[in-house]
Amino acid sequence: MNCRGRSCDECFVGEPEGAPILRLVAVDKVLDGKKVLDNIDLDIPRNRITAIIGLSGAGKSVLLKHMIGLLKPDRGQVLLDGVDLFRLSRKELYETRRRFGMLFQSGALFDSLDVFGNVAFPLREKTTLGEAQIRERVHVILRKVGLEASGAKFPDELSGGMVRRVALARAMVMDPEIILFDEPTTGLDPIIRNSILNLICRTFHDHEFTMVMISHDIPDIFHWCHHVVVVHGGKVIEAGAPKDVRNSVNPFVRQLVQGDIEGPIQLM
Amino acid sequence: MLLRVAEGIGGKALGATGRLGRMGVFLAVAVRDALVPPYRGRDILKQVHFIGVKSLFVIVLTAAFTGMVLSLQGYYTLRKFGSEGLLGAAVALSLIRELGPVLTALMVTGRAGSALAAEIGIMRIGEQIDSLETMGIEPVRFLVAPRLVAALVSIPLLTAIFDVVGIYGGYLVGVKLLGLDAGLYFGHMKTSVELADVVNGVWKSLAFSLLIVWVCTFKGFFTERGAEGVSRATTSAVVISSVLVLIGDYVLTSVLL
Repeated sequence: MNCRGRSCDECFVGEPEGAPILRLVAVDKVLDGKKVLDNIDLDIPRNRITAIIGLSGAGKSVLLKHMIGLLKPDRGQVLLDGVDLFRLSRKELYETRRRFGMLFQSGALFDSLDVFGNVAFPLREKTTLGEAQIRERVHVILRKVGLEASGAKFPDELSGGMVRRVALARAMVMDPEIILFDEPTTGLDPIIRNSILNLICRTFHDHEFTMVMISHDIPDIFHWCHHVVVVHGGKVIEAGAPKDVRNSVNPFVRQLVQGDIEGPIQLM
Repeated sequence: MLLRVAEGIGGKALGATGRLGRMGVFLAVAVRDALVPPYRGRDILKQVHFIGVKSLFVIVLTAAFTGMVLSLQGYYTLRKFGSEGLLGAAVALSLIRELGPVLTALMVTGRAGSALAAEIGIMRIGEQIDSLETMGIEPVRFLVAPRLVAALVSIPLLTAIFDVVGIYGGYLVGVKLLGLDAGLYFGHMKTSVELADVVNGVWKSLAFSLLIVWVCTFKGFFTERGAEGVSRATTSAVVISSVLVLIGDYVLTSVLL
């Protein structure tokens, strides 16, 4: 199952062009006395879909929050096009975040706004567009995610899949360069899950955003991305093309990819 | 053993100092965002409606009965000294100097302060505050500053309404029920209440407004651990705000007297 009858790694066979758009250098983070990120070095290739996989609690969401500057590393750097996010002033950091869109696991829609209001929100807050232009732009985006008829619905009237689609629309509406997805398909049934992944893939082909996605959809995710990063115990233990990660000899990666109960990762 | 006790005390002191520091920074950012443009006029109006207009009924009700009970107690106490003619002045001074600002602040804390803490707390645990940040929107400017301005506008007005309604509640009992002369009730009030009393009441209600929004939004903003966290944040926001209003009242009274 994929968006154009072929998997993402078949769409781009060449190496990504230019330097990585995002680079994490020797990042450490301790939360509640526990080292969640341990000397993380990671490159996010430009205009590609990168999947971050790993066990729950491995530090994936914390990693994603560092990429957009929501969390500050205790040590190390987060470089966006070579600029350290945490050397920016507060104002510059907020401006830089306009280059990002983010889809949260819960959707993080504003309960007091309807679907249209949620998608229009960043445009109303961060642009000088008139109401007519905002309306037109929101309608185009809602059509893309198949929710044109649901603009007047409120978040509590939406299914899980619809919430994620609205969140995706909101993440895309400012035309960002990078979209971060925190488990966009968790808790969805297989059909809805595939439709969301398909939508993400089609969005990528239409806009060629750089996308970073945390996912537990193993092994399906290997068909949907160009670059895979495996995180375990707060460290990056493998990173590369999907086929390389799938064929990794690292026993932790093998166990994770194959979903084996037996192996070096002991849960109980 | 002694070392462990000292470590424990030191750890708690450090934690408390850190929390106080964080609260101080939060307040400074909120005040700065409230003062520096762009102002969020529509949001401020919405919050004036929520904090002010929607609290009106409970304020009027509380004020009326406070004035009535003050009048009832005051009348029989003053009669013992043959001074029931001073009832109007006693009711008015009690309300304008103390009870108006304090009871208004306590009622607004219960009605609107708890809602502020809960609403912002739910936004925190639902990742909506993180979502604002990812859109490049400063959450304190967006969520706290309009509420702060709205409270600074609404609560002094509610206090003024409280005072007036309370005085008329006292009038109802003192004059209409107990038969005191209306001219006596209002006459002594006019000669006893000074502008300084009203100004002190306004300073108090402004200080309480700041206190309520500060504590309630701070508690909501740093809510942790799901629904239980929201419940805990809401409860502690109301308790801490109420206690601080009473402590603040004593401090301000001693400074302003």
